[in-house]
Amino acid sequence: MGYQMDKQAINRCFSELSKEYIIYAPKCYEGKGAFSDTDLIRYGEVTTVDEIEFREKSRFSFKEILLPISQTLFYFTENEVKEADGPKKSAIVFLRSCDLHAVKRLDAVYLNNAFEDYYYKRIREKVHFVLMGCKESFDSCFCVDMGTNRSENYDMAMEERDGMFYVDVKEERFKEVFASQAIKEEEVEVSYVTETKTKVHIPEDLTSAVAKSTMWDEYDSRCIACGRCNFSCPTCTCFTMQDIFYTDNGKVGERRRVQASCMVDGFTDVAGGGSYRQKKGQRMRFKVLHKALDFKKRNGYQMCVGCGRCDDVCPEYISFSHCLNRLEEGMKEVSDNE
Amino acid sequence: MNKNEYIPFLSEIKEVIKHTDIEYTFRMEYNGEQKVKPGQFFEVSIPKFGEAPISVSGIGEGFIDLTIRRVGKVTNEVFERYVGDTLFLRGPYGNGFDVEDYKGKEVVVVAGGTGVSPVRGIIEHFSHNPQDAKGMTLIAGFKSKNDILFKEDLKQWDETMNLILTLDSNGGDTSYKEGLVTAYIPTLELQDVSTAVAIVVGPPAMMRFSVMALLERGFKEENIWISHERKMCCGLGKCGHCRINDSYVCIDGPVYNYTVGSQLFD
Repeated sequence: MGYQMDKQAINRCFSELSKEYIIYAPKCYEGKGAFSDTDLIRYGEVTTVDEIEFREKSRFSFKEILLPISQTLFYFTENEVKEADGPKKSAIVFLRSCDLHAVKRLDAVYLNNAFEDYYYKRIREKVHFVLMGCKESFDSCFCVDMGTNRSENYDMAMEERDGMFYVDVKEERFKEVFASQAIKEEEVEVSYVTETKTKVHIPEDLTSAVAKSTMWDEYDSRCIACGRCNFSCPTCTCFTMQDIFYTDNGKVGERRRVQASCMVDGFTDVAGGGSYRQKKGQRMRFKVLHKALDFKKRNGYQMCVGCGRCDDVCPEYISFSHCLNRLEEGMKEVSDNE
Repeated sequence: MNKNEYIPFLSEIKEVIKHTDIEYTFRMEYNGEQKVKPGQFFEVSIPKFGEAPISVSGIGEGFIDLTIRRVGKVTNEVFERYVGDTLFLRGPYGNGFDVEDYKGKEVVVVAGGTGVSPVRGIIEHFSHNPQDAKGMTLIAGFKSKNDILFKEDLKQWDETMNLILTLDSNGGDTSYKEGLVTAYIPTLELQDVSTAVAIVVGPPAMMRFSVMALLERGFKEENIWISHERKMCCGLGKCGHCRINDSYVCIDGPVYNYTVGSQLFD
C-alpha cells in the first residue's frame, strides 16, 4: 500500500519505528571526505528523515550492517569459548536498487554455498530494507546494463518529491505506522533509472581464457593493492580471521572476522611461504572475473551490480567498468592467438 | 537456529609421533558424528594464535591423526603442546578422497613431503586390503633422509605394495634412491595404463610435473586426482581466500579430479 505524507508526518513514523528498530541510511559527514573541504557520504544511524542523504551516493555500501567491518565471533579463555551475542534490535536499512540486488549476492554466499553462516543469518533475519528511488544515475553507475536498476523485493520504498514523501509499504508490520500518518493513500512507485552515463558490455562468450590476455598487465603497475575497491563493493564478501587478546590478561581474548580484500598483499599466503597471484594485474583479473564470470557460473547471475563505487574510490583512477568493456577485446586477442 | 560452525570443540592430544624435527603427528581425540575421510581437513586453532587448516593423516576409533609441519604462527604453538594438552578443532571439512574411485584398479600414488598426509588413509586402505586393488604403487619423495615422514608405515608399505622411496638428495647414502618423484613415472610397470588411476599430492610444482609425466606415460586425465592447498579462514565457503575460478577449495575440494582441477588457475 502507498502513502503520501509530509516531513513532520514521516518523522513521526521514524520516531515510532526507532522504538523497535535501528534505522540505517546514507548520511553526510561534513568535511570528512577523502579530499579537503569534501564531505563523506556513508552509512550511519538516523532517527529523522532529515539526516538521510537522498541526493548523493554513499562511498561505502550498506554491506557493513550485515557483514561488520570487524565482527567478534566468540570470546575465549584457554579452554573455553563463549559465543558473542547477536544484535538485540532489528534494523531498517535504506538503500538503492543496485544495493538491494547486492543483498541477493550476499545471501548466495552466506546463506547458501554449502553452509549457512550463523552470524550472517542472525543479523539478516532482523534486517528490513527500504528502497530509495533513483531519479537519475550518478556518473559511474551502470545498473541498467547489469539489470539491477529496478527492485520489487523491498519491504518499503521511499522517495521525496517537492517536499512531500511517498512511501510504498509491502511488509505488513510497517503498514499501520505509515497508514496512521498518511495524508492520503495512493499507489506509489519510486523512480528508477532507465539509462546510465556509463555503459558496460560483458561479452556473452566470455570464458576464463581471457586470463591469458595482455589486458591485465597494465594493472601491474597502476594498481597499488590498497583494496578500496573491495571494501567499497556491496558484493565483496571475503574476510580474514583475527585473534586478539587482552593486554591485562593474555590468556583471554576474542576471535573476530574482519573484511578482507583479494587485491591486498597476503590474501593467499599460506604458512611455509606459498603465495598466489603476486602481480597486481593477476589480482585485478581474479576480481574482475569473479564479478563478471565465476560467480555467474556458480549462481546463474552476475555478481557485479553496477553501483560504480569501485570506480569512485580508486586512488589510481582505475575504472572497473572500463575494464569490463575491454573484456571483448581481450577475448578476441586470446582467440586470435590460439 | 542453524549450527554455529565457527565454534570449535576441545580435543585432547592422545599421542605425539615425531617424524622429523619440524613434523609431528598429533593423535587427537575425535568422537564426532561425522565420519572422516582421507583428504578432508580440520581447522586447528589455539586462541590468540589463530586457526590453520590441517589435513587428516589417519582415522581410527575415537581419534584422528593430524600431521603438522612447524612453519607458521599456529603450528609453532601447536608444537608447544604435549600429550594430555588440548587443541581446539572444527571439521571435518572438504570433500576428501573416495576409496571407491580406486577400488579394483591399478593404483599409483605420487606424494611429496607432507603431501603423504592427506593420502595416507588411501595408502593404508590398500595396504591392509591388497585384494581391493589390482596393483598398488607408491612413489614417495622427500628432500633428504632427515625429512622422511611415516618411517614405520613405509617399512610396512614396502612389504604390502610397490614402494618407491626417493630423496631429492641422498647425501651420499646410496641405500636411498636419489631423484625427483617424476623420474620414476616413465618406467612404471602397469598392466593397462588406460584404466590405471593415480593420485598426486605435494607442492604445486611437484604436482604439475608429476601430472605431466603421468599423462605422458598414458594415464587418462579422468583417472588422475590431485589435492590442493590454499589459505583458508573458514573452511565453509565464505571467507573467499581459497577460491580458484568458480571453485572453493574448502567445499568443492581440496581433492579434484584432474579434468576439473586442470581447468582451475590462480
